[in-house]
Amino acid sequence: MGEAEDGVKRKRVVFVTVGTTCFDALVKVVDSQKVKDELSRRGYTHLLIQMGRGSYLPSKSTGEDGSLAVDYFTFSSSIADHLRSASLVISHAGSGSIFETLKLGKPLIVVVNEDLMDNHQSELAEELAERKHLYCAHPQTLNQTIAGMDLKSLLPYSPGDATPVAKLINKFLGFPED
Amino acid sequence: MEKNYGCCFSNLSSNFPITCFIAFITIILFRVLYVIYRTGKPLSKRAPQQPLSTLIVLGSGGHTAEMINLLLVLQKDRFTPRFYIAAASDNMSLQKVRVLENALADSSGVKGISAEFMQIYRSREVGQSYVTSVWTTLVSMAHALWLMIKIRPQVVLCNGPGTCIPLCVIAFFFKVVGIRWSSIFYVESIARVKRLSLSGLLLYKLRIADQFFVQWPQLQRKYPRAYYVGCLM
Repeated sequence: MGEAEDGVKRKRVVFVTVGTTCFDALVKVVDSQKVKDELSRRGYTHLLIQMGRGSYLPSKSTGEDGSLAVDYFTFSSSIADHLRSASLVISHAGSGSIFETLKLGKPLIVVVNEDLMDNHQSELAEELAERKHLYCAHPQTLNQTIAGMDLKSLLPYSPGDATPVAKLINKFLGFPED
Repeated sequence: MEKNYGCCFSNLSSNFPITCFIAFITIILFRVLYVIYRTGKPLSKRAPQQPLSTLIVLGSGGHTAEMINLLLVLQKDRFTPRFYIAAASDNMSLQKVRVLENALADSSGVKGISAEFMQIYRSREVGQSYVTSVWTTLVSMAHALWLMIKIRPQVVLCNGPGTCIPLCVIAFFFKVVGIRWSSIFYVESIARVKRLSLSGLLLYKLRIADQFFVQWPQLQRKYPRAYYVGCLM
Protein backbone atom coordinates (compact mmCIF):
# COMPACT_ATOMS: atom_id res chain seq x y z
CA MET A 1 0.00 0.00 0.00
CA GLY A 2 2.36 2.70 -1.21
CA GLU A 3 5.49 1.82 0.73
CA ALA A 4 8.65 3.26 -0.73
CA GLU A 5 11.81 1.16 -0.90
CA ASP A 6 13.15 2.30 2.44
CA GLY A 7 9.98 1.00 4.12
CA VAL A 8 8.57 4.43 4.91
CA LYS A 9 4.88 4.74 4.10
CA ARG A 10 4.03 7.26 1.40
CA LYS A 11 1.98 10.18 2.71
CA ARG A 12 -1.70 9.58 2.04
CA VAL A 13 -3.98 12.25 3.44
CA VAL A 14 -7.64 11.91 4.32
CA PHE A 15 -9.25 15.35 4.20
CA VAL A 16 -12.51 15.83 6.09
CA THR A 17 -14.62 18.92 5.39
CA VAL A 18 -17.92 20.23 6.80
CA GLY A 19 -17.96 23.44 4.77
CA THR A 20 -19.47 26.41 6.57
CA THR A 21 -21.73 24.20 8.69
CA CYS A 22 -21.58 22.68 12.16
CA PHE A 23 -21.37 18.91 11.90
CA ASP A 24 -20.01 17.67 15.21
CA ALA A 25 -21.34 14.15 14.62
CA LEU A 26 -19.03 13.70 11.65
CA VAL A 27 -15.98 15.22 13.34
CA LYS A 28 -16.57 13.03 16.41
CA VAL A 29 -16.90 9.80 14.48
CA VAL A 30 -13.88 10.56 12.29
CA ASP A 31 -11.91 11.24 15.47
CA SER A 32 -13.00 7.91 16.99
CA GLN A 33 -10.41 5.17 17.41
CA LYS A 34 -12.42 2.73 15.32
CA VAL A 35 -12.44 4.97 12.26
CA LYS A 36 -8.83 6.08 12.69
CA ASP A 37 -7.73 2.44 12.94
CA GLU A 38 -9.73 1.56 9.85
CA LEU A 39 -8.16 4.44 7.89
CA SER A 40 -4.69 3.31 9.00
CA ARG A 41 -5.52 -0.24 7.98
CA ARG A 42 -6.46 1.01 4.52
CA GLY A 43 -3.12 2.71 4.14
CA TYR A 44 -3.78 6.32 5.03
CA THR A 45 -1.18 8.18 7.05
CA HIS A 46 -2.64 11.61 7.76
CA LEU A 47 -6.05 12.89 8.78
CA LEU A 48 -6.82 16.59 8.30
CA ILE A 49 -10.16 17.85 9.55
CA GLN A 50 -11.79 21.13 8.53
CA MET A 51 -14.33 21.45 11.33
CA GLY A 52 -16.21 24.64 10.42
CA ARG A 53 -18.54 26.02 13.08
CA GLY A 54 -18.47 22.85 15.17
CA SER A 55 -17.70 22.84 18.88
CA TYR A 56 -16.16 19.37 19.21
CA LEU A 57 -12.36 19.55 19.08
CA PRO A 58 -10.53 16.49 17.75
CA SER A 59 -7.33 15.34 19.40
CA LYS A 60 -4.22 16.24 17.46
CA SER A 61 -1.57 13.60 16.95
CA THR A 62 1.83 13.63 15.30
CA GLY A 63 1.57 9.99 14.29
CA GLU A 64 5.15 9.33 15.34
CA ASP A 65 4.11 6.04 16.88
CA GLY A 66 2.90 4.80 13.49
CA SER A 67 -0.69 5.73 14.14
CA LEU A 68 -2.66 8.19 12.02
CA ALA A 69 -1.36 11.78 12.22
CA VAL A 70 -4.31 14.03 13.05
CA ASP A 71 -4.67 17.79 12.62
CA TYR A 72 -7.59 20.19 12.28
CA PHE A 73 -8.60 23.76 11.51
CA THR A 74 -11.91 25.65 11.39
CA PHE A 75 -12.05 27.52 8.09
CA SER A 76 -9.89 28.40 5.17
CA SER A 77 -10.59 30.82 2.32
CA SER A 78 -10.15 28.02 -0.17
CA ILE A 79 -10.00 24.31 0.49
CA ALA A 80 -8.96 23.59 -3.10
CA ASP A 81 -5.31 22.99 -2.12
CA HIS A 82 -6.32 20.61 0.68
CA LEU A 83 -8.59 18.74 -1.71
CA ARG A 84 -5.84 18.50 -4.29
CA SER A 85 -3.33 16.99 -1.87
CA ALA A 86 -5.81 14.48 -0.43
CA SER A 87 -6.01 10.81 -1.34
CA LEU A 88 -9.51 10.50 0.11
CA VAL A 89 -12.09 13.16 0.92
CA ILE A 90 -14.84 12.74 3.50
CA SER A 91 -17.33 15.56 3.18
CA HIS A 92 -20.68 16.82 4.42
CA ALA A 93 -23.43 16.72 1.82
CA GLY A 94 -23.22 20.33 0.63
CA SER A 95 -23.36 20.58 -3.14
CA GLY A 96 -20.43 23.01 -3.27
CA SER A 97 -18.06 20.62 -1.45
CA ILE A 98 -19.31 17.63 -3.42
CA PHE A 99 -18.82 19.13 -6.87
CA GLU A 100 -15.54 20.83 -6.04
CA THR A 101 -14.19 17.41 -4.98
CA LEU A 102 -15.65 15.48 -7.92
CA LYS A 103 -14.26 17.99 -10.41
CA LEU A 104 -10.77 17.36 -9.00
CA GLY A 105 -11.30 13.65 -9.53
CA LYS A 106 -10.79 12.76 -5.87
CA PRO A 107 -12.42 9.71 -4.23
CA LEU A 108 -15.22 10.96 -2.04
CA ILE A 109 -17.34 9.69 0.85
CA VAL A 110 -20.28 11.97 1.54
CA VAL A 111 -21.68 11.83 5.06
CA VAL A 112 -25.25 12.98 5.49
CA ASN A 113 -26.08 15.13 8.54
CA GLU A 114 -29.19 13.60 10.07
CA ASP A 115 -29.67 16.55 12.43
CA LEU A 116 -30.58 18.89 9.59
CA MET A 117 -34.29 19.58 9.21
CA ASP A 118 -35.76 18.79 5.81
CA ASN A 119 -32.71 16.89 4.69
CA HIS A 120 -32.83 17.62 0.99
CA GLN A 121 -29.05 17.37 0.85
CA SER A 122 -29.25 13.59 1.15
CA GLU A 123 -31.12 13.42 -2.20
CA LEU A 124 -28.08 14.66 -4.08
CA ALA A 125 -25.64 12.42 -2.20
CA GLU A 126 -27.82 9.34 -2.74
CA GLU A 127 -28.34 10.07 -6.43
CA LEU A 128 -24.61 10.52 -7.07
CA ALA A 129 -23.88 7.36 -5.02
CA GLU A 130 -26.38 5.45 -7.15
CA ARG A 131 -24.54 6.67 -10.22
CA LYS A 132 -21.33 5.43 -8.58
CA HIS A 133 -19.58 8.79 -8.43
CA LEU A 134 -19.06 8.62 -4.66
CA TYR A 135 -19.89 6.67 -1.52
CA CYS A 136 -22.68 7.86 0.74
CA ALA A 137 -22.82 7.19 4.48
CA HIS A 138 -24.26 8.31 7.80
CA PRO A 139 -22.03 9.06 10.79
CA GLN A 140 -22.85 5.64 12.30
CA THR A 141 -22.13 3.76 9.07
CA LEU A 142 -18.92 5.58 8.14
CA ASN A 143 -16.72 2.86 9.59
CA GLN A 144 -18.30 0.09 7.49
CA THR A 145 -18.16 2.28 4.41
CA ILE A 146 -14.44 2.88 4.82
CA ALA A 147 -13.84 -0.81 5.49
CA GLY A 148 -15.77 -1.97 2.45
CA MET A 149 -15.03 0.74 -0.10
CA ASP A 150 -13.45 -0.06 -3.46
CA LEU A 151 -12.29 3.31 -4.77
CA LYS A 152 -11.36 1.87 -8.17
CA SER A 153 -15.01 1.09 -8.77
CA LEU A 154 -15.99 4.76 -8.59
CA LEU A 155 -16.84 6.39 -11.91
CA PRO A 156 -15.37 9.77 -12.83
CA TYR A 157 -17.79 12.69 -12.89
CA SER A 158 -17.95 14.77 -16.06
CA PRO A 159 -18.49 18.47 -15.27
CA GLY A 160 -21.89 19.90 -16.03
CA ASP A 161 -22.78 22.37 -18.73
CA ALA A 162 -24.91 25.47 -18.47
CA THR A 163 -25.18 26.09 -22.22
CA PRO A 164 -28.53 24.28 -22.66
CA VAL A 165 -30.08 26.73 -20.19
CA ALA A 166 -28.46 29.74 -21.87
CA LYS A 167 -29.72 28.56 -25.28
CA LEU A 168 -33.30 28.20 -24.02
CA ILE A 169 -33.22 31.60 -22.32
CA ASN A 170 -31.90 33.31 -25.45
CA LYS A 171 -34.48 31.57 -27.62
CA PHE A 172 -37.31 32.60 -25.32
CA LEU A 173 -36.22 36.24 -25.35
CA GLY A 174 -36.10 36.26 -29.14
CA PHE A 175 -32.34 36.62 -29.50
CA PRO A 176 -30.84 34.99 -32.61
CA GLU A 177 -28.99 31.69 -32.20
CA ASP A 178 -25.21 31.97 -32.14
CA MET B 1 -93.15 60.88 -7.50
CA GLU B 2 -90.35 62.76 -5.79
CA LYS B 3 -90.05 59.97 -3.31
CA ASN B 4 -89.47 57.52 -6.16
CA TYR B 5 -86.71 59.67 -7.66
CA GLY B 6 -85.25 60.11 -4.21
CA CYS B 7 -85.16 56.34 -3.73
CA CYS B 8 -83.56 55.93 -7.16
CA PHE B 9 -80.84 58.45 -6.47
CA SER B 10 -80.03 57.12 -3.03
CA ASN B 11 -79.80 53.58 -4.42
CA LEU B 12 -77.37 54.73 -7.11
CA SER B 13 -75.24 56.79 -4.78
CA SER B 14 -74.91 53.94 -2.29
CA ASN B 15 -74.25 51.46 -5.10
CA PHE B 16 -71.76 53.62 -6.98
CA PRO B 17 -68.70 52.93 -4.81
CA ILE B 18 -69.62 49.25 -4.71
CA THR B 19 -70.03 49.20 -8.49
CA CYS B 20 -66.66 50.89 -8.91
CA PHE B 21 -65.06 48.42 -6.56
CA ILE B 22 -66.52 45.43 -8.40
CA ALA B 23 -65.44 46.90 -11.74
CA PHE B 24 -61.94 47.45 -10.36
CA ILE B 25 -61.66 43.90 -9.02
CA THR B 26 -62.93 42.50 -12.34
CA ILE B 27 -60.36 44.47 -14.31
CA ILE B 28 -57.56 43.27 -12.03
CA LEU B 29 -58.80 39.69 -12.29
CA PHE B 30 -58.87 39.79 -16.08
CA ARG B 31 -55.45 41.41 -16.09
CA VAL B 32 -54.07 38.65 -13.82
CA LEU B 33 -55.56 35.96 -16.04
CA TYR B 34 -54.06 37.68 -19.08
CA VAL B 35 -50.61 37.79 -17.45
CA ILE B 36 -50.84 34.11 -16.53
CA TYR B 37 -51.90 33.35 -20.10
CA ARG B 38 -48.98 35.33 -21.57
CA THR B 39 -46.48 33.91 -19.04
CA GLY B 40 -44.31 31.30 -20.69
CA LYS B 41 -45.01 32.52 -24.22
CA PRO B 42 -41.72 33.40 -25.95
CA LEU B 43 -41.08 37.03 -26.85
CA SER B 44 -40.93 38.17 -30.45
CA LYS B 45 -37.62 38.34 -32.30
CA ARG B 46 -35.05 40.67 -30.84
CA ALA B 47 -31.78 42.00 -32.20
CA PRO B 48 -28.69 41.32 -30.07
CA GLN B 49 -28.14 45.08 -30.05
CA GLN B 50 -31.27 45.47 -27.94
CA PRO B 51 -30.05 44.39 -24.49
CA LEU B 52 -32.36 43.61 -21.59
CA SER B 53 -31.88 44.90 -18.04
CA THR B 54 -31.37 41.85 -15.88
CA LEU B 55 -31.91 41.13 -12.21
CA ILE B 56 -29.83 38.27 -10.84
CA VAL B 57 -30.81 36.88 -7.44
CA LEU B 58 -27.99 35.32 -5.45
CA GLY B 59 -28.16 32.91 -2.53
CA SER B 60 -25.72 31.48 -0.01
CA GLY B 61 -23.46 28.58 -0.81
CA GLY B 62 -24.28 26.43 -3.79
CA HIS B 63 -26.85 28.86 -5.21
CA THR B 64 -24.31 31.53 -6.15
CA ALA B 65 -21.87 28.94 -7.50
CA GLU B 66 -24.57 27.57 -9.82
CA MET B 67 -25.64 31.06 -10.88
CA ILE B 68 -22.05 31.99 -11.74
CA ASN B 69 -21.83 28.88 -13.92
CA LEU B 70 -24.86 30.11 -15.83
CA LEU B 71 -23.62 33.70 -16.07
CA LEU B 72 -20.36 32.50 -17.62
CA VAL B 73 -22.23 31.23 -20.68
CA LEU B 74 -24.64 34.13 -21.08
CA GLN B 75 -23.71 36.84 -23.56
CA LYS B 76 -23.11 39.83 -21.33
CA ASP B 77 -23.88 42.40 -24.01
CA ARG B 78 -27.40 40.99 -24.33
CA PHE B 79 -28.07 41.04 -20.59
CA THR B 80 -27.15 44.51 -19.47
CA PRO B 81 -27.32 46.46 -17.24
CA ARG B 82 -27.06 43.73 -14.60
CA PHE B 83 -28.38 44.10 -11.08
CA TYR B 84 -27.25 41.62 -8.44
CA ILE B 85 -29.26 41.19 -5.25
CA ALA B 86 -28.10 39.07 -2.32
CA ALA B 87 -29.47 38.64 1.20
CA ALA B 88 -28.20 41.16 3.76
CA SER B 89 -26.49 38.40 5.76
CA ASP B 90 -24.70 37.00 2.72
CA ASN B 91 -21.38 38.72 2.04
CA MET B 92 -19.62 36.05 0.06
CA SER B 93 -22.05 35.99 -2.86
CA LEU B 94 -21.63 39.65 -3.81
CA GLN B 95 -17.86 39.31 -3.46
CA LYS B 96 -17.85 36.40 -5.88
CA VAL B 97 -19.87 38.18 -8.55
CA ARG B 98 -17.83 41.37 -8.16
CA VAL B 99 -14.79 39.26 -9.05
CA LEU B 100 -16.67 37.93 -12.07
CA GLU B 101 -17.73 41.40 -13.22
CA ASN B 102 -14.25 42.85 -12.69
CA ALA B 103 -12.71 40.08 -14.78
CA LEU B 104 -15.30 40.78 -17.44
CA ALA B 105 -14.55 44.50 -17.44
CA ASP B 106 -10.81 43.81 -17.64
CA SER B 107 -11.11 41.41 -20.54
CA SER B 108 -13.53 43.48 -22.58
CA GLY B 109 -11.69 46.73 -21.92
CA VAL B 110 -14.93 48.49 -21.05
CA LYS B 111 -14.44 51.31 -18.59
CA GLY B 112 -16.61 50.90 -15.54
CA ILE B 113 -18.91 47.98 -14.95
CA SER B 114 -22.47 47.78 -16.19
CA ALA B 115 -23.45 46.04 -12.97
CA GLU B 116 -24.86 47.09 -9.62
CA PHE B 117 -24.75 45.17 -6.38
CA MET B 118 -27.46 45.36 -3.74
CA GLN B 119 -28.52 43.64 -0.55
CA ILE B 120 -32.02 42.85 0.61
CA TYR B 121 -33.47 42.00 4.01
CA ARG B 122 -34.24 38.30 4.25
CA SER B 123 -37.82 37.10 4.59
CA ARG B 124 -36.66 34.42 7.00
CA GLU B 125 -33.31 33.33 8.40
CA VAL B 126 -32.56 29.61 8.58
CA GLY B 127 -34.16 28.27 11.76
CA GLN B 128 -36.18 31.42 12.46
CA SER B 129 -39.60 30.81 14.03
CA TYR B 130 -42.49 31.00 11.60
CA VAL B 131 -44.33 33.47 13.84
CA THR B 132 -41.65 36.17 13.67
CA SER B 133 -41.16 35.26 10.01
CA VAL B 134 -44.51 36.88 9.17
CA TRP B 135 -43.21 40.31 10.21
CA THR B 136 -39.78 39.90 8.64
CA THR B 137 -41.40 38.73 5.40
CA LEU B 138 -43.49 41.92 5.30
CA VAL B 139 -40.40 44.05 5.88
CA SER B 140 -38.50 42.21 3.19
CA MET B 141 -41.41 42.63 0.76
CA ALA B 142 -41.42 46.37 1.34
CA HIS B 143 -37.67 46.46 0.77
CA ALA B 144 -38.03 44.30 -2.32
CA LEU B 145 -40.69 46.65 -3.70
CA TRP B 146 -38.38 49.62 -3.15
CA LEU B 147 -35.51 47.91 -4.99
CA MET B 148 -37.72 46.65 -7.81
CA ILE B 149 -39.19 50.09 -8.44
CA LYS B 150 -35.64 51.36 -8.89
CA ILE B 151 -34.53 48.50 -11.12
CA ARG B 152 -37.65 47.51 -13.10
CA PRO B 153 -35.82 44.62 -14.76
CA GLN B 154 -36.82 43.06 -18.07
CA VAL B 155 -35.26 39.72 -17.15
CA VAL B 156 -35.13 37.99 -13.76
CA LEU B 157 -32.72 35.09 -13.14
CA CYS B 158 -33.05 33.13 -9.93
CA ASN B 159 -32.24 29.67 -8.67
CA GLY B 160 -33.81 29.00 -5.35
CA PRO B 161 -33.03 31.07 -2.28
CA GLY B 162 -36.01 32.45 -0.38
CA THR B 163 -34.89 35.97 -1.29
CA CYS B 164 -36.19 35.42 -4.82
CA ILE B 165 -39.83 34.99 -3.80
CA PRO B 166 -40.67 38.60 -2.87
CA LEU B 167 -38.77 39.80 -5.94
CA CYS B 168 -40.56 37.43 -8.33
CA VAL B 169 -43.97 38.17 -6.82
CA ILE B 170 -43.34 41.89 -7.31
CA ALA B 171 -42.16 41.28 -10.88
CA PHE B 172 -45.46 39.49 -11.48
CA PHE B 173 -47.33 42.39 -9.88
CA PHE B 174 -45.50 44.82 -12.19
CA LYS B 175 -46.71 42.74 -15.15
CA VAL B 176 -50.30 42.89 -13.90
CA VAL B 177 -50.38 46.65 -13.35
CA GLY B 178 -48.33 47.40 -16.45
CA ILE B 179 -45.26 48.91 -14.75
CA ARG B 180 -42.86 46.56 -16.54
CA TRP B 181 -43.19 43.31 -18.45
CA SER B 182 -40.42 40.90 -17.41
CA SER B 183 -39.35 37.37 -18.29
CA ILE B 184 -38.72 35.32 -15.17
CA PHE B 185 -36.36 32.34 -15.40
CA TYR B 186 -35.98 29.90 -12.52
CA VAL B 187 -33.31 27.17 -12.35
CA GLU B 188 -33.97 24.67 -9.56
CA SER B 189 -30.85 23.82 -7.60
CA ILE B 190 -28.76 20.77 -8.49
CA ALA B 191 -29.31 19.56 -4.93
CA ARG B 192 -33.01 19.07 -5.73
CA VAL B 193 -33.28 15.63 -7.30
CA LYS B 194 -36.71 14.29 -6.35
CA ARG B 195 -38.49 17.21 -4.68
CA LEU B 196 -38.69 20.89 -5.52
CA SER B 197 -37.62 23.54 -3.03
CA LEU B 198 -40.34 25.73 -1.49
CA SER B 199 -39.37 28.62 -3.78
CA GLY B 200 -39.49 26.34 -6.79
CA LEU B 201 -42.84 24.92 -5.82
CA LEU B 202 -44.37 28.38 -5.41
CA LEU B 203 -43.02 29.75 -8.69
CA TYR B 204 -44.06 26.61 -10.57
CA LYS B 205 -47.56 26.18 -9.13
CA LEU B 206 -48.45 29.87 -9.24
CA ARG B 207 -47.15 30.03 -12.82
CA ILE B 208 -45.02 33.04 -11.99
CA ALA B 209 -41.88 31.77 -13.76
CA ASP B 210 -41.90 32.08 -17.54
CA GLN B 211 -39.48 29.19 -17.85
CA PHE B 212 -38.72 26.68 -15.11
CA PHE B 213 -35.55 24.59 -15.39
CA VAL B 214 -34.69 21.39 -13.48
CA GLN B 215 -31.37 19.56 -13.44
CA TRP B 216 -32.57 16.00 -12.86
CA PRO B 217 -34.96 13.93 -14.99
CA GLN B 218 -36.99 12.77 -11.97
CA LEU B 219 -38.23 16.33 -11.45
CA GLN B 220 -39.15 16.80 -15.09
CA ARG B 221 -41.34 13.69 -14.87
CA LYS B 222 -43.06 15.07 -11.79
CA TYR B 223 -43.40 18.61 -13.10
CA PRO B 224 -44.05 18.37 -16.82
CA ARG B 225 -44.03 22.11 -17.51
CA ALA B 226 -40.38 22.20 -16.41
CA TYR B 227 -37.47 21.96 -18.83
CA TYR B 228 -34.86 19.29 -18.03
CA VAL B 229 -31.44 20.80 -18.78
CA GLY B 230 -29.03 18.37 -17.10
CA CYS B 231 -26.52 19.30 -14.41
CA LEU B 232 -25.05 22.79 -14.42
CA MET B 233 -22.18 21.90 -12.09
